[in-house]
Amino acid sequence: MSDTQYAIELRGITKIFGEIIANDKVDLTVNNGEILALLGENGSGKTTLMNILSGIYHPDAGTIKINGKEVVINSPKDSFALKIGMIHQHFKLVEVMTAFENILLGTNNKLNRKKAAEEIKTLCDKFSLKIDLKKRVCNMSVSEKQTVEIVKVLYRGANILILDEPTAVLTPQETQNLFEILRAMKKDGKAVIIITHKLNEVLEISDRVMILRKGKSIDSIETAKANAKILTEAMVGQAIDLEIERPETEKEPHALDVRHLSVKGADGRMALKDVTFDISSGEILGVAGVAGSGQKELCETIAGLHKVEKGAILFKKENIVGKTPSEIIKAGISMSFIPEDRLGMGLVASMDITHNMLLKSYKNSKGIFLDRKEAKKLAEDLVEKLSIKTPNVSTPVRLLSGGNVQKVLIGREIESNPQLLITAYPERGLDINSSYTIYNLINKQKQNGSSVLFIGEDLDVLLELCDRILVLCHGEVMGVVNAREVTKEDLGFMMAGQKISDGGENNG
Amino acid sequence: MANFINFFYAAILSGTPLLFGTTGEILCEKAGGLNLGVEGMMWIGAFAGFYTAWKTESVFLAFLVAFASAALGALLYAFLTITLKTNQNVTGLTLTTFGIGISTVLGFAMTENAGGNPQISSEFMSKLAPIEIPFLSSIPYIGKMFLNYNPFVYIAIVIAIVIALIFKFSKTGLAIRAIGENPSAADAAGINVTLHKYLCTIIGGGICGIGGAYMSIITLNGTWQSGGGVVGGYGWIAVALVIFASWSSAKAIIGSFIFGAFTCLQYYIGQFSFLPAFIREMPVSIYQMLPFLLTTIVLIISSVNSKKISSEPHSLGLNYFREDR
Ligand SMILES: Nc1ncnc2c1ncn2[C@@H]1O[C@H](COP(=O)(O)OP(=O)(O)O)[C@@H](O)[C@H]1O
Ligand SMILES: [Mg+2]
Repeated sequence: MSDTQYAIELRGITKIFGEIIANDKVDLTVNNGEILALLGENGSGKTTLMNILSGIYHPDAGTIKINGKEVVINSPKDSFALKIGMIHQHFKLVEVMTAFENILLGTNNKLNRKKAAEEIKTLCDKFSLKIDLKKRVCNMSVSEKQTVEIVKVLYRGANILILDEPTAVLTPQETQNLFEILRAMKKDGKAVIIITHKLNEVLEISDRVMILRKGKSIDSIETAKANAKILTEAMVGQAIDLEIERPETEKEPHALDVRHLSVKGADGRMALKDVTFDISSGEILGVAGVAGSGQKELCETIAGLHKVEKGAILFKKENIVGKTPSEIIKAGISMSFIPEDRLGMGLVASMDITHNMLLKSYKNSKGIFLDRKEAKKLAEDLVEKLSIKTPNVSTPVRLLSGGNVQKVLIGREIESNPQLLITAYPERGLDINSSYTIYNLINKQKQNGSSVLFIGEDLDVLLELCDRILVLCHGEVMGVVNAREVTKEDLGFMMAGQKISDGGENNG
Repeated sequence: MANFINFFYAAILSGTPLLFGTTGEILCEKAGGLNLGVEGMMWIGAFAGFYTAWKTESVFLAFLVAFASAALGALLYAFLTITLKTNQNVTGLTLTTFGIGISTVLGFAMTENAGGNPQISSEFMSKLAPIEIPFLSSIPYIGKMFLNYNPFVYIAIVIAIVIALIFKFSKTGLAIRAIGENPSAADAAGINVTLHKYLCTIIGGGICGIGGAYMSIITLNGTWQSGGGVVGGYGWIAVALVIFASWSSAKAIIGSFIFGAFTCLQYYIGQFSFLPAFIREMPVSIYQMLPFLLTTIVLIISSVNSKKISSEPHSLGLNYFREDR
């Protein structure tokens, strides 16, 4: 194979941030008409490597060849000129502008609106993309925003498409749509690089998998010859167990009792309708349902952040409806809530890990001084236990890679040993190894006697980890089933709106 | 009626330097730079413009030099905040202090040199007399109210409108707005963030400088008042006006003239016989205070419901560094 056949050829790319070697002599090649999956643990340097291709970062060493020609990429503009388009993990869109304005932004075309709109329409038809050009980005759902990003790079004539964790925030249906688009692009002869932590997606969409470990390029495997186990081991560097434990515990029923709960959503419609269930201590209750079935409202209502229309929430027989979070704490109830949107909530980005630990614990400490020593120890423990990739515990959280930021928050919340732990998609965006660490931590809380409400999206995980599963559809409970007995198909039917009446009894 | 027309006329005249300052600052803030140096840049323009007018007697040169020297001050601000990423508030305040200081000192030197308050020649001043448009300017009321001003009143309005049109219709305007909203998105879209920020800051600063020269040359009628407050806080009013005009230079035209009316109310209130006596006879200092009181109120209201003001550029006051995360 001659050099010129590669759409992208990276040799010896190195990028250093202060003490961190984010990319260490990385080699990577992609052909035209090929979908390459880039796989690696959180913080292994995937985003950094792709940002080098898109002109955000400048490599400290190494060469880049595009279609066989050596190039220097100094800015995103250079990258566009080479027909490289990147869809960033955190979208780079101007929220107050319309889709149309965002797409035209920075292109050389005069603001000839009519002609541009026609060109965009042709593009959208070609790849069956749906987009409302007049809609403002701030009024869009995540997947709509993603479509704008895709159209944006296609409109610039990108032949090489890079997607950084595009599926992390999509529903399964939206992911399938995206994959259809990617297949159409592949057919069109474009080179695609996709980053995702979900191994089934890697196996489904890619032609080849390239693995990064601790900033080094480890291996490139043809997808046809790979499976989940091979990929995980290559990524982590050792054999790991892909089984989730479900320890047996002493259960005390009705630790949390939710009765006839109804709440309104942000749009004024009922988000939860007459929801009734209970969790024992030492039990994990999973919640399944398609996105937007009321999971968010359920969590927030129990955490005291959402107004209740009707119903009661009893924790150890005490009604906590109408109580503020601090009144709940005063009543001796300890609760931890890991919200869906955690990057905006819960952590101070410019503070280091130690100080972020203090944020949660300073109220309990006595005297006017902060107990830094203990917080530092906790921080160091977490870094080790969750293998958080950071030079040390005094690195500002903002500098960590996305998945590692998440580990800091989840670790802190779980380590406070709550009686009730509410977590929404705690593994979202985390690599396999970290996800398993999180499951283990949750199991440990269960063994300590906590009640856990676990909002999940991966049915396999729900089935393996939880004791019982509650299924929501349009804010209504379709049933509470025993996770040891129910099948994935049954869960699917219930999520689609089929009620069952039995099987929900507490067997603890 | 005559009283009212005079008041209207005076309001437009005193609103004009405010309009220059506000338009200049809007240009800068649209690209995300919160330059609190407006007062300083107006002072720089005031001195540089006056000095050139005094020495060369060329209107064009006087205002060109005012523009250029204030733009130089803005360039300093741009270099510090955009390239060296210093804190914008502190840097802007420093520019104000610096501008007032250096212009005052140089003003003293100029007065010393002239042996008394320097005075621009009447020949020069006559070039800035109100433009008489045949027939039109003599239409009763309307002529005096709308068609009988010195050229810089029209220039201020034209600049404000042109900038509003640029933001509304041009590619460059879209790019600048994107930078002010989300520089990393603009950068990723291939826009040269640094270049645009520099240009907006510098040109905006220059426009502020013209406003300063307008005050020292036209408002003060060609005499440099050594030790007096030549710009006298107008730069600060302009900063508040940006918010009042919700970052639109077209709205700034109305806003400036309203504030202009407040600044000269003190001279006219006594003549408004339809008002009750106690209002007419209130101490002058109350009326002198009014524009600043209004400025304070605008700033307070805007900070109280800052969430609801969506026209404020999102990255206003924040520095951008591409490799930051
Ligand atoms: N701008 C930056 N400044 C400092 N450190 C950074 C920066 N970007 C990335 N890093 C560090 O580089 C490493 C790789 O990060 P990243 O490429 O985001 O990982 P991934 O995308 O594989 O999760 C991490 O340790 C991260 O903390
Ligand atoms: Mg990443």
